[in-house]
Amino acid sequence: MGNNGINYIHPEFEVVRDQDKCIACRVCERQCANEVHYMDEDGVMRADNSKCVNCHRCVSLCPTGALKIVKSDHTFRPNGNWTPQIITELYRQAGSGGVLLSSMGNPTNLPVYWDRLLLNASQVTNPSIDPLREPMETVTFLGKKPKEIVRDEEGNIVNNQTPQIRLNTPIMFSAMSYGSISYNAHASLARAATELGICYNTGEGGLHEDFYQYGPNTIVQVASGRFGVHKAYLEAGCAVEIKIGQGAKPGIGGHLPGAKIVGDISRTRMIPEGSDAISPAPHHDIYSIEDLRQLVYSLKEATEYNKPVIVKIAAVHNVAAIASGVARSGADIIAIDGFRGGTGAAPTRIRDNVGIPIELALASVDSRLREEGIRDNVSVVVGGSIRSAADVVKAIALGADACYIGTAACLAMGCHLCRSCQEGKCNWGIATQRPELVKRLNPNIGSQRLVNLVNAWTHEIKEIMGGMGINSIESLRGNRLMLRGVGLNQKELEILGIKYAGE
Amino acid sequence: MMIRPGAEMHFQTLNEAIRSTPDTDVMIENCLGQRYIGAGLSGKTIVINGTPGNALGAYLDGCTIHVHGNSQEATGDTMNEGTIYVHGNAGDATGYAMRGGKIFIEGNSGYRTGIHMKAFQEKVPVLVVGGITGSFLGEYQAGGYIIVLDLNHQSIEKNCNFVGTGMHGGKIFLRTEKLPPNLPKQILASQATKEDLKEIKPFIHEFCEAFGREEQEILDSSFYVLTPNSNNPYKQLYTRNQC
Ligand code: SF4
Ligand code: SF4
Repeated sequence: MGNNGINYIHPEFEVVRDQDKCIACRVCERQCANEVHYMDEDGVMRADNSKCVNCHRCVSLCPTGALKIVKSDHTFRPNGNWTPQIITELYRQAGSGGVLLSSMGNPTNLPVYWDRLLLNASQVTNPSIDPLREPMETVTFLGKKPKEIVRDEEGNIVNNQTPQIRLNTPIMFSAMSYGSISYNAHASLARAATELGICYNTGEGGLHEDFYQYGPNTIVQVASGRFGVHKAYLEAGCAVEIKIGQGAKPGIGGHLPGAKIVGDISRTRMIPEGSDAISPAPHHDIYSIEDLRQLVYSLKEATEYNKPVIVKIAAVHNVAAIASGVARSGADIIAIDGFRGGTGAAPTRIRDNVGIPIELALASVDSRLREEGIRDNVSVVVGGSIRSAADVVKAIALGADACYIGTAACLAMGCHLCRSCQEGKCNWGIATQRPELVKRLNPNIGSQRLVNLVNAWTHEIKEIMGGMGINSIESLRGNRLMLRGVGLNQKELEILGIKYAGE
Repeated sequence: MMIRPGAEMHFQTLNEAIRSTPDTDVMIENCLGQRYIGAGLSGKTIVINGTPGNALGAYLDGCTIHVHGNSQEATGDTMNEGTIYVHGNAGDATGYAMRGGKIFIEGNSGYRTGIHMKAFQEKVPVLVVGGITGSFLGEYQAGGYIIVLDLNHQSIEKNCNFVGTGMHGGKIFLRTEKLPPNLPKQILASQATKEDLKEIKPFIHEFCEAFGREEQEILDSSFYVLTPNSNNPYKQLYTRNQC
């Protein structure tokens, strides 16, 4: 296809095998869905570097530790402008004429603002709290907060609270559809969320009948394609999320390659096997906040006002104004996904160039909603990307009610961030539908690792809060005095609403 | 139960009344734009005289709804089961993402009719429009039947632009002598054979029963059937990037 027998692309990675250690057990060969490893006629193990995506499956399973993957030192003539990546991508397109398709979050070197925010701690004038000895509250309720106290004729308080999501800790697993990830990955997330008293999110692919039992800890998503959406599905979860956009690909829709539309996936989504699942960017019935309100209320009517409705948007330039509209649409929760959010497949150029950092988006949304006096209309959940307990604490101090974690959850289940989910051959059993790969992820272990991760983060959150002398997540929320910036300019500090370190 | 919402009654009050009544027969007189009537509901027969608002029968799960009047936008949005009869016209996005059940529109339907309709095994939604529709009929259709009859000779050819854009499953039947000129490449269109028409005969029958039309006369005319071109063209758009 336009290459005329010439191979323009030199492998990015080299598989290095210590032949002294290798016992030719062929584990690597069996484990690699990319078919990198093979045995030659003389019984010696070889590797085809061009197929390697650097997922470390073989390295992790080699019984003798004979393998490592290194970045090739093969080089183009060094050029600060025409980097090897840009040249290689251009070759790919000149050869195929196709739109570049990538996966996972934006890997570029743009600033990570979390790393330029520093947290406060108590010294002398107010005591810190020891979370091991004293109670620390991390329970979080998401939903509209009533504006006023209503009393009946006898003066008793009338409960005018709208439905809420209760979380033991302000962390949820973000939307990853059954289809983009495997049955076992969904099972791991669902079980972990239930054990942790938090929520996972079905994504836009519907809900497998086996997972209805985890309903109280499930957020069901409704996207433009409405895959798997019906009354029982809406009723199944503890909340309904309308997906308007996602951080990895704002402005464009979901795209599940036909290779992943097999068996159950085809049934749950109700689309033919092998055909790509297209969830176009726009909801074709939403062109305004009024139209969004219509979808919000149709969902509330269908669920008899028993479920909070979340509206998920990508962090884009006018995110504060959009969030203000969403907060007036009747939605109970706004989820904002930053430009580093992960995905199973996104056009490279969109993933790497569209959207804004979640830190700035969150700060401006929180400020805007406060200025307009509508902050309590909604809870704010942020994701894309939250990498650690420190990021969670910083997000909450900037104004978030809770965080969504997606990539971090995948990592806990064994993902090695090889960024080749779009191929459907995930060697770790996560972003695949091939039965022989799916079974590599044991849901007992997957869910345990997720539980461990979130428990560990929760301990860290408590420890950090204790250090600040704060014993409840409520007191941390929007408490930007707990943050200071380093390496930021005046404008960045202004948007983040924080002082410089030392101020 | 009979209820007369008029202009004053909020949709929430009306819908709560419909949901909570033990009666299975609900009659709405002088309906004036109340939205979401029948949302997610099952097991009732609802007769509406007047004009229901947007998203009538959204997520419908097995009711029969008769509208004597026109329905608005998103009639039967994401409906799963049941039947909606509209003795009049319907607005845009009728049958959005329908996944089961049937919708019969006596008159015309607006833009994006039948968008995202899908089907699986025994769940096959059916949408029959007696008149014509606006552009983008059956966009992203993944399953089910969309049938447009043009009984009033308003010309499908001249009005229904961009039929089946992004279609990847299901069938669209157009009762017309001539196809619209701008069909996308992803679509195969052919004159419907006797076999093809046999498939939709029961739906035409049901339409004629509901609206008092002559079945044989309809079936005796020229139909085109549109199906997706199975050489799935989307995939070729993308090239794998290792980044
Ligand atoms: S898994 Fe390790 S020991 Fe076994 S064949 Fe591969 S490199 Fe050799
Ligand atoms: S989910 Fe699998 S394919 Fe995707 S980045 Fe992680 S290891 Fe690679």
